[in-house]
Amino acid sequence: MDAVCTFCGNVCDDVEFDVNTQKGKRFCALGLAKFREKERIKSPMIDGKEASYEEAIEKAADILVSSKKPLLYGWASTVNEAIRYGVLLTEKVRGVYDQCASVCHAPGTLAVIEEGIPGGSLGAIKNRADVVIFWGSNPLEAHPRHPTRYSVMAKGFLINDRKDRKVIVVDVRKTKSAKMADKFIQIKPGYDYAIISALRALVKGEDIEANEVGGVPKEELAELADMMKNAKYGVILYGLGVTQSRGRDRNIENAVKLIQLLNRYARWIIWPMRGHYNVVGAGEVPAWEVGYQYAIDFSRGYPRFSPAEFSAVEMLLRRDCDAMLVVSSDPAAHFPRRAVEHMKNIPVIQIDPFPNMTTLLSNVVIPSAVAGIEAEGWAYRMDGIPLRVKKLVDSPYWSDEKILKEMLRIVEEKLEG
Amino acid sequence: MLWIKNGIVIDPKNKVDGEKMDVFIKDGKIVDESEVNKEECKVIDANNKLVVAGGVEMHAHIAGSKINVGRTMRPEEMRIVRHTANKLRVSLGRVLLTSPAIGYEYAKIGYTTAVEAASPPIGSPHTHEELDAIPIVDKAMLPVFGNWHFVFKYVAEKDREKLKAFIAWAIERTKGYGVKVVNPGGVEAWMYGGNVKNLEDEVPNWGVTPKEIITELVKSNEELDLPHSVHLHCNNLGNPGNYQTTIETMKLVSGLANKKRQTLHVTHVQFNAYAGSSWRDVASGAEEIAKVVNSMDNVTIDMGQAIFGHATAMTGDAPFQFTLHKLTGSRWVNKDSEIEGGAGIVPIVYLPKNPVHALQWAIGLELGLLVDSDKVVLTTDYPNGGPFTEYPYVMAMLMSRKMREKELERVSPYVQKATSLPAIEVEKTLYDVIQMTRSLPARVMGMENKGHLGIGADADVAIYSINPDDVDPAAQYELINSEFRKPVYTIKGGEIVVKDGAVVAESWGRTFWVDARKKVSLESIDEDLNSFFSSYYTIQRKNYGIQEEWLRNPVRVEVN
Ligand code: SF4
Ligand SMILES: [Zn+2]
Repeated sequence: MDAVCTFCGNVCDDVEFDVNTQKGKRFCALGLAKFREKERIKSPMIDGKEASYEEAIEKAADILVSSKKPLLYGWASTVNEAIRYGVLLTEKVRGVYDQCASVCHAPGTLAVIEEGIPGGSLGAIKNRADVVIFWGSNPLEAHPRHPTRYSVMAKGFLINDRKDRKVIVVDVRKTKSAKMADKFIQIKPGYDYAIISALRALVKGEDIEANEVGGVPKEELAELADMMKNAKYGVILYGLGVTQSRGRDRNIENAVKLIQLLNRYARWIIWPMRGHYNVVGAGEVPAWEVGYQYAIDFSRGYPRFSPAEFSAVEMLLRRDCDAMLVVSSDPAAHFPRRAVEHMKNIPVIQIDPFPNMTTLLSNVVIPSAVAGIEAEGWAYRMDGIPLRVKKLVDSPYWSDEKILKEMLRIVEEKLEG
Repeated sequence: MLWIKNGIVIDPKNKVDGEKMDVFIKDGKIVDESEVNKEECKVIDANNKLVVAGGVEMHAHIAGSKINVGRTMRPEEMRIVRHTANKLRVSLGRVLLTSPAIGYEYAKIGYTTAVEAASPPIGSPHTHEELDAIPIVDKAMLPVFGNWHFVFKYVAEKDREKLKAFIAWAIERTKGYGVKVVNPGGVEAWMYGGNVKNLEDEVPNWGVTPKEIITELVKSNEELDLPHSVHLHCNNLGNPGNYQTTIETMKLVSGLANKKRQTLHVTHVQFNAYAGSSWRDVASGAEEIAKVVNSMDNVTIDMGQAIFGHATAMTGDAPFQFTLHKLTGSRWVNKDSEIEGGAGIVPIVYLPKNPVHALQWAIGLELGLLVDSDKVVLTTDYPNGGPFTEYPYVMAMLMSRKMREKELERVSPYVQKATSLPAIEVEKTLYDVIQMTRSLPARVMGMENKGHLGIGADADVAIYSINPDDVDPAAQYELINSEFRKPVYTIKGGEIVVKDGAVVAESWGRTFWVDARKKVSLESIDEDLNSFFSSYYTIQRKNYGIQEEWLRNPVRVEVN
């Protein structure tokens, strides 16, 4: 059956999956693993005891309504319809909405606030890009089909074959992706900002005094600057290597400035390699509903955005929330230990198809249908292109959308009554 | 059932100018008195009040990736809280509003219909998701065609049948309402770092010109007889001297006729009405443009009025946005989108003392004043020229020379020599501005049941505390400006949604889309679609677009 892959930010829409035989076509290994049957959360649970959906949702609503400041976190691996109910729910219970980006690509959002983002869709890259730079990103391991579908081997309007394209990988270590590149530039960890600054100077035609920056000899930088200036259409695709190393949002801000400058000579765009299949939607939906993408506090009845205060890890570290709803995410496995400790002290509700570390400390567990296999809805690919993920098979599990819609309804009832 | 009693009605479509009369509403429609049982009616006392159709916004950017990236880029816009969460949604935004705020704020000035004027076709599901999140108003959206490779191909091949088939296909897939064109050819040139400057410039790789693109799209649109004409954002936007390009463009459609509506709508003309050769000697070209528009019977325009204060430029005109970014040094978003075109976003503040900004402000008003009231629609090209919430200010300005004189005192004296605004004596009447905000935009869009109060019209009504028999808008401009901001009632589809300027109920409007598939042979373009999708797109053809059932409240408008 025609499917749309709901694993990574590529959201490949050319895949096929047969639910009966568990066989797939055109998937990468990551995507196929997601689609194949895995251990599921069997039934809703309250304090370890099996319950009905109705009971579990009722209990969850109780927790949310009686808490002073609940944190509603996750969202990157579900569809927009569910996210929207999540935002409405957070608004109703005057909680805090935060999503996975706050621990990965949020610095990119901060850079957009400072400088904007001169970007383009993946199709623009496929059709036009003759210079492609992966900076601190490792597509072969994180987005396996990115190179073939969009950026390296992909042919398009101006690109007849691989030879029409120069591919450069900039990273602190020689990744798998470095091997497919025409050129690999190894940089010292934490030197992204300095190197980008040097490139800005060189592109402008200024000289730099140092003989090397961040482990890269000046000649090599000059060569890179030259190649950038002479591109017809270039792109920088950056990853967590840039957002999560020293400088964070400042790195990306600086890179955006480089792109602004380059556009005076050639066409250039820059774009983040977003991870989960709908982490973009987890930011877009709250943006149109309540104005911000993440770290949004509603305790005053209107949204306030402050990453340093309202992102999930900060909230937990400061023990600033007294309940937590986790949707399609596993903070217990990924957050700092002290943050997870607070999770153990407060009521936690989980909505997820699969058991994970967070399940172990959740008071209410609500299993959900897998979007893309058992439930449909909108997801936004890493470049913001919307794709409708499909429902291939009926399942006894409720979709995230249905669970959250019902939870919102009951919460509204409780608040009014 | 509603009975609006004793109101003073202005309804330009039905040539009603200040008549005391009753309006009856049943099942969301305006009906004849005989259709209702008066006993069962809720009565609204409209004695001495102005009763008009709900406003029709025909060109604004209210949904989709552009405005949403704008929101993300400008959290400073979101610090103004318009409504705290309670029974209604929280709503916020200074100029860039959240989706709930957009619905509420339109209703709060008596507007009940709004059209999103530019959606990247591949992003149309996003546009619809946001439209679906806007409460109260009825909606529609226009996908952008002018830089789409399919269009270049069929124009180059001079194959109008296929172009028509493609338009019908694309509008159905995007659940769009008509053909929007933005800087035809110019955005493709931008992919190579350039732009097109005049109508004869060739588009790189395609050998077609803006002139050919516009002409072929207009002719195809007319042969399809879509409810709306081609909706054009002209080439050369934002450049001194561009008024000539605008006039040449309008003349491309002379000789074409359509009984129901214009054959070309040129949008936010203020941005395309500059004389002079550089920013040093820039001046207004509005008078010349007004002359041409008034002399043609098949062209309409909208103002694109600039409002002093914050705004955000966002258009499919990607090269212009880059120019603006260089000019202002401000933040810049660009989005090249597959083989369909591009877009850009740049924050901007219009300052009264800045000569260029004052000029833009003056040109918008010149257009509004000098063009006949049945040819110019009031818009700010929200959020490009400023917030739509300032429409009452523009209405008052059009009606009062005294108010204009007062406002002129606070703006750069540059407008005195570069525009004719100070000398313009025209004072539009209430009837004129109701026409420019209701009946005309509805007619321009081909929305027959909108913008008037005749039998069968949608029951979208605004009631203002303005007594047309008593008021002298030229002198009482302050009253006009303040009362149009707080309708006594806004009624949407027969439901009272605003009372005394406050939203009292949240309803959900419909989304109109146009289906012209019956008029074309879709098979004729089947192979082309397959080949373009497999070669140049990054999504499968079968996954392109939206099904009707995925929209919240769709209305299919079939073209036969
Ligand atoms: S690249 Fe990503 S979206 Fe594509 S099949 Fe692999 S996991 Fe799925
Ligand atoms: Zn516009």
